[in-house]
Amino acid sequence: MGLGAYIAVSAALFALGIVAILVRRNVLYVLMGIEMILNAANINFVAFNRFNQAAGATSSLDGRMFAIFVIILAAAEAAVALAIVLNVFHLFNSVKPAEADLLRE
Amino acid sequence: MTAESHFLAFDPAQDFKLLFLAFVLPLVGYVIQISVGKRLPRQGDWLLTGGLFATASITVLMFAKSLWAAYHGQEFRHHSGDEAGLWFHWFYSSDTIANGVSNVSAAIFYDPLGAAMLMVVGVVSFCVHLFSIGYMHGTPRYHIFFANISLFTFAMLGLVLSDNLLFLFIFWEVMGLMSYLLIGHFSHDPSSGYFHKWATKACKKAFLTTRVGDTCLLVGMVIFFWKFDTFRFTELWRLSLEEIARHQAVHPGEYPLWMTVGGLFIFGGTIGKSAQFPLHIWLPDAMAGPTPVSAMIHAATMVAAGVFLLGRCYPMFTPDVLNVIAAVGTITAIFAATIGTTAYDLKAVLAWSTISQLGFMVAAIGLGGVVAGLFHMVTHAFFKACLFLSAGSVIHGCHHEQDMRNMGGVRKYMPITFACMLASTIAIAGIPFFSGFYSKDMIILRAWEEILGGRFTGASFFAAVGLPIAAACTAFYMFRMIFMTFSDSYRPGTVESPFAHHGGGHDDHGHDHGHGDDHGHAGHGDHAHGDHGHEAHGHADHGHAAHGHPAPAHAHAASAHASHGHEAHAKDHGGHDAHGDHGHAAHPHESPLPMVVALCILAFLGVFGGHFWLADPVHSLKFWEHAHTWFEESVSFQSLYGAEIGDKLAAKIAVDEHAAHLAHIVALSVSLTVASLGILVAWLIYGRGWERSQRVAGKITHSIHAIYEVVKGKYFVDEALGTAIVVDMKRKDEPRYQPDASVIGASMHFANFLGWIDRNVVDATVNLVGRIGMAFGRGSAAFDRVVIDGAVNGVGMFTQTFGSVVRLFQSGRVQQYATFAVFGGLALAAWLILL
Repeated sequence: MGLGAYIAVSAALFALGIVAILVRRNVLYVLMGIEMILNAANINFVAFNRFNQAAGATSSLDGRMFAIFVIILAAAEAAVALAIVLNVFHLFNSVKPAEADLLRE
Repeated sequence: MTAESHFLAFDPAQDFKLLFLAFVLPLVGYVIQISVGKRLPRQGDWLLTGGLFATASITVLMFAKSLWAAYHGQEFRHHSGDEAGLWFHWFYSSDTIANGVSNVSAAIFYDPLGAAMLMVVGVVSFCVHLFSIGYMHGTPRYHIFFANISLFTFAMLGLVLSDNLLFLFIFWEVMGLMSYLLIGHFSHDPSSGYFHKWATKACKKAFLTTRVGDTCLLVGMVIFFWKFDTFRFTELWRLSLEEIARHQAVHPGEYPLWMTVGGLFIFGGTIGKSAQFPLHIWLPDAMAGPTPVSAMIHAATMVAAGVFLLGRCYPMFTPDVLNVIAAVGTITAIFAATIGTTAYDLKAVLAWSTISQLGFMVAAIGLGGVVAGLFHMVTHAFFKACLFLSAGSVIHGCHHEQDMRNMGGVRKYMPITFACMLASTIAIAGIPFFSGFYSKDMIILRAWEEILGGRFTGASFFAAVGLPIAAACTAFYMFRMIFMTFSDSYRPGTVESPFAHHGGGHDDHGHDHGHGDDHGHAGHGDHAHGDHGHEAHGHADHGHAAHGHPAPAHAHAASAHASHGHEAHAKDHGGHDAHGDHGHAAHPHESPLPMVVALCILAFLGVFGGHFWLADPVHSLKFWEHAHTWFEESVSFQSLYGAEIGDKLAAKIAVDEHAAHLAHIVALSVSLTVASLGILVAWLIYGRGWERSQRVAGKITHSIHAIYEVVKGKYFVDEALGTAIVVDMKRKDEPRYQPDASVIGASMHFANFLGWIDRNVVDATVNLVGRIGMAFGRGSAAFDRVVIDGAVNGVGMFTQTFGSVVRLFQSGRVQQYATFAVFGGLALAAWLILL
């Protein structure tokens, strides 16, 4: 199974994440979309790390390291985002992003 | 006996003061009369008459001095400034200050012409004053009347004595004012009825008509002053001849155009003042004034001033001007003489006669016969004053009837008046040995001299033919007047006249005044004489209409005066108390003493006025020699204008002896023929009984009906000028002026036309410019609004629009932003990949 299959999964995951961000009404699904995009990126990192090893060289861990950072980042991001969502909920009494349009002002 | 010692020698030290006294006395009298006259005994008439007697005496004395000087062959031209230092310096103008002599100053100038004229003015005015004592007795504003004629005299004396044109003009204007006041004497007297209305209009007409001439004179005067920088006659004469000589040195045989123009303007003054065609219109209507005023205006003052002015300005006239003067004078003479033959009003006949005689004088001066013209002015002044005063006496005697058809037979009742009037009539008709003959013959002689002497011009030919015709008419209408008035028997009420007495209501009206010009003024007036105390004149109810006199041919002496009782009537100045049931019962009566005395003085002068100048009365009675009068000796070109100028002027009109002799014979036969012809015709028509005269005259007027109507209508000059005065006693209010087909009407139409042009062309142009300006303004405003404001607003609007469009993207929705970002990124990726 070649690199293309990984990229295809990653692309699909990315597209689903984008769609989730753009169309879901609940902010929690939006956050899930973001997670999905991050994970699509992780797949890419890992896949390219696996298939892009130079011949005869010791195997590199660069891609996998980035994936772990991304997971950590995603965890931090989720914490901050949930805090924001909590505040948004307090402010607008809703978790729907369409209703939180104060940025328009 | 030396010239210096004789009491008739002119003494500059004394005589200028005397002359000045003669001149100022009437003014002093005027001032006294105006301020306290009403409270003086007899309302001050004695004061002014006495003052005028003094003036007349001085003028006669001075005149005697001029004759004495002429008799001794001495020059008689005196100037108070040069000889006695009597100057009145008014103001200095331009650069003459350096000479120490102002060019606007006045002094007394006394020469033979001035002497003669001054004497005429003094004596005639005195007679008029004397006459007025009787004539105006008991009328309202008696003292004002005397004051006014006194000032009138003063103005004329000043005019004659003035040494310069400016002061002549000032007195000329004073005279215009006084004529206005005197002609309008009755306009302050509503009780004078018909005269009240007539005088109110006539005085305005006289004033405004002469004003036209006065303006011309002023213009002419200024033209000469502008060139010569002086008003003094002596200077003007000298400078005029020099100017002509200078001009002819460059253009031989030509005269300066500006002098012709200026001369014509000066002559315009004469046309107005001396009642020449076409400004004669005021003079017949001036009869609206009291008769003594008419005598003043027609003889001594006013009209004489115009002729006097021509005499004074003669050297300033170029030949062209003189031709115009001659032509205008002749036209006036014929024109007025023919009208005179148709007038029925006693005073109208005399008025037209005056205009005609003035035409003679003016024509004479135009022909170069200055001496003849001025001589005629002097003789005419006497006999015309006498005629007017006689007419006044007749009118006074006939209870203020003025229509000659209602007179007749007056000779029986007023013998003295008749004698005086007849003598003056003979004089004016031109019968030898009476003064008018000498002067009129001299004028005709002058015209023939021009022709026979080889200086044939249209004007001189016209005058030579026209003047005798006018003279014939003069003789005819004057004797027609005499026959109608004095012959046959008294026939009051023959025709309806505005002067006839109304019935009713005038308990204390003695004199009914009225006037009837022959073109049918309806109505009439009563002239209140407060203290006369007469019964009402029952007249209206006796009904003239019932008599029916449609045509002059038949009008019989209605009811004669057989049926009414001739009650005795008080002789003193006309107490006409006994009018009985007919209204005209009282006979005419002779006038009171002062009037008769004045008449006699004037009649004497009227007859012998020409003889004062006969150098050798006995010799001169041979009438082929008659023209060599003393007047010609004493008033000649040399004596009038100085030897130097006089010689030049005399040379211009000199003719050779043969021509002169021939002209004498022609003129003598012509003037004798026309005079006797005129009198003969008058006798044939009017001298043989009233009824016969009406029959004959009716036939004649019927056969030349069209011509007669035109002449009787005074050639419709008044109608053409729009100045006809129509007195309508039935109207209470004055009719509004209606523009009609006349000169005044035409000028009003022209003014309306100009007004139309002003409104529709001039105003339209102005409005057009305004509209164009407004259009530009509007365009500019629109540009401002559309383009400038549009740009400003457009920027704002664009920004706003753009902002509102852009704001649509700025929804504040995070997901939307994200969508844009995604699609943007996709588009970018697509662009990178595909290109």
